[in-house]
Amino acid sequence: MSQNPFEGTEGQMKDLLKSIKSHRGEAGALMPVLHDAQNIYGYLPAEVQTVIAEELNVPLAEVYGVATFYSQFSLTPKGKHQISVCLGTACYVKGSDKILEAIEKELRISCGECTPDKKFSIESCRCVGACGLAPVMIIDGEVYGKLKPDDVAGILDKYMKD
Amino acid sequence: MTCEELEKLAAKNADLINVRKIVREQAEKLAQNTGYRKQVLVCGGTGCTSSHSLDVIAQLEKSFKELKIDDVLIVKTGCFGLCALGPIMIVYPEGAFYSQMTPEHAKTVAEKHLIKGGEIVKELLYADTVHEDGSVIPFAEIPFYKHQMRIALRNCGVIAAESVEEAIAAGDYKALKKALFEMTPESVIDEIKKAGLRGRGGAGFPTGLKWQFTKDAVGDKKYVCCNADEGDPGAFMDRSVLEGDPHCVLEAMSIAGYAIGAEEGYIYVRAEYPIAVERLNIAIEQARKLGLLGKNILGSNFSFDIHIRLGAGAFVCGEETALIASVEGKRGEPRPKPPFPANSGIFHKPTVINNVETWANIAPIILNGANWFASIGTERSKGTKVFAVGGKIRNVGLVEVPMGTTLKTIIEDIGGGIPDGKSFKAAQTGGPSGGCIPAKYIDIAMDFDNLTSIGSMMGSGGLIVMDEDTCMVDIAKFYLEFTADESCGKCTPCRIGTKRLLEILTKITEGKGEPEDLEKIKEIAEHMKSSSLCALGQSAPNPVLSAMEHFGDEYKAHIYDKKCPAGVCKSLLSYYINPDKCRGCTLCMRSCPANAISGSVRNPHEIDLKKCIKCGQCIAHCKFGAITKK
Repeated sequence: MSQNPFEGTEGQMKDLLKSIKSHRGEAGALMPVLHDAQNIYGYLPAEVQTVIAEELNVPLAEVYGVATFYSQFSLTPKGKHQISVCLGTACYVKGSDKILEAIEKELRISCGECTPDKKFSIESCRCVGACGLAPVMIIDGEVYGKLKPDDVAGILDKYMKD
Repeated sequence: MTCEELEKLAAKNADLINVRKIVREQAEKLAQNTGYRKQVLVCGGTGCTSSHSLDVIAQLEKSFKELKIDDVLIVKTGCFGLCALGPIMIVYPEGAFYSQMTPEHAKTVAEKHLIKGGEIVKELLYADTVHEDGSVIPFAEIPFYKHQMRIALRNCGVIAAESVEEAIAAGDYKALKKALFEMTPESVIDEIKKAGLRGRGGAGFPTGLKWQFTKDAVGDKKYVCCNADEGDPGAFMDRSVLEGDPHCVLEAMSIAGYAIGAEEGYIYVRAEYPIAVERLNIAIEQARKLGLLGKNILGSNFSFDIHIRLGAGAFVCGEETALIASVEGKRGEPRPKPPFPANSGIFHKPTVINNVETWANIAPIILNGANWFASIGTERSKGTKVFAVGGKIRNVGLVEVPMGTTLKTIIEDIGGGIPDGKSFKAAQTGGPSGGCIPAKYIDIAMDFDNLTSIGSMMGSGGLIVMDEDTCMVDIAKFYLEFTADESCGKCTPCRIGTKRLLEILTKITEGKGEPEDLEKIKEIAEHMKSSSLCALGQSAPNPVLSAMEHFGDEYKAHIYDKKCPAGVCKSLLSYYINPDKCRGCTLCMRSCPANAISGSVRNPHEIDLKKCIKCGQCIAHCKFGAITKK
């Protein structure tokens, strides 16, 4: 599934098992457990999916099927700083595609990729509902609105430094 | 809690809420009963928190400490609707409307307005609320709010979003009490049927009928479900209800549970809405604690509880059978209907599924009666509709108007018109399933049937305004990129059809369109409409079909003349330098990454169209407006 070596810690595994325990026996438990796992590890490596399959007693194929169906679940690790550019209609009409282009140019990676130093990853996202601020991008949960392509470099600079 | 305790709690805080609802003179008198000289309401919805309204609250708290102000209440509310002006802050009893607040501004307002004997800081008010003679208009009387009628959004921006006490004082749970003690399950359903309420999520199916079918269905267990998977990009009314008045949804679901005989409910909410999820969790905990959810609600025989399920970014999960699969922890793929969820829904049990805005209408119908609700709106579309107005419009935000309000009122009176002196070209409703309304239909009365009759649809109420700079081919392509990406892939017509349509549209925008493409689009669209499994595929061709119908010339211009009249499609544009305007400053020449511009200092430059990569750098750098794209 994923090519990156698995670097999970014991603490993370403990958290995962705790989550599984709290949902075990509950109908439709797989989605909430995958959400927790994604929060704990930042992505859903094969090793984690295997544990979930065994502990919840569902076939690994089903876990993989669900994990790959939803766009919020990721099978590959993400960058230290996660950039999402809203490509919802309101943002698109106001030129968010140009914002995305500017970020791609600045970081020299394409949407959906991670920089070689694992510092940044870019993804496009669906409407975040901040349409009043269109076009918007989100870096690590922080929303930047009313953007112009020229603003991008300055904002990314802040994150380059740490 | 018992009914009496509920009433007592409501009465205790009633004046606190009333101060925010009535005219100034009375409000000032009422304020004296509340123990607070003034109240400051700051929006804590997603729009305003994104522009840092929480920093405004923090600054107010800090300033209050420094200035020793202890008789002014700070209230973190849900969305006020006028998101373009966020962060928004309103001070009662004056109804003073401060917009685009910063912590600096908050400090000034605290020092000059909120201290004892202070005066409104007019420079910081939203400009439209100050008359030329300097008098201040309370925010409810400005055009943006004046034309609205707030039923679903009645408490959004009025109450503290995380306070069950304020929700109760504003009337939440009163309808539940009435249903449980004064009505039978049958009479509850009859009331909803008589009101003529139709589902606000897209299809507009009569809500009362849905409830009736689920009540009549045979099953040892039944479920109530709230569809909060608001996926239509550009629509955010459901999020605002959940963020501003979560208890109204819990109450309505409980009423439905009582009516159809269910004891359990699920709210399926997008994970992209963290604030809504958090407030729902808080509200459910509060309701459980007060006995408004759980066993023997308000001392009756009725028991009901609600669970939250998070989506994970799949648009198709807004389709009810896909949503059910997702609640069950599976891939969110739709299945054929029948059986309808009313007979076989969550875990194969009879299930009633309604969208958030629909739920938000339930309590007012129960309290004020079906006749009241049916008196609002048009013949076949009753009540109000919330529109999320976005795109090229001045007042981006949430607008709730009676069904049948004209598009013109929404765009010009409420929305404040198109900015930058541009002209209105079209409005897209219904998102990726809907179509566009061209400028010639601006007087259309917005209701379910009128929109369908011109090839668009109400959908969930997203309304994206487009001006002359928007290319209708490009926008249709945008929606198909969306549906092609979100098609779950289960059925062939949708999976292949969206892909093929997208390819054809891409070809057209790149100047490679052929005359027969328009016929091809229509043929594929017909097949998708008639044979796709769910509404996603059936409605995916709508944006391109309606754009072709209303803007056929624009499609022809792309195909025959290889031109994009709106100047959007890159491959069809050429850049020219106007020799009369060019001063020969060489800025464009130096900025051109393709070395396509030549010329000498102080002489007009020229662009070599063969070398030009159409990046637009030259336009961005030219200080004399000498470069145009055609």
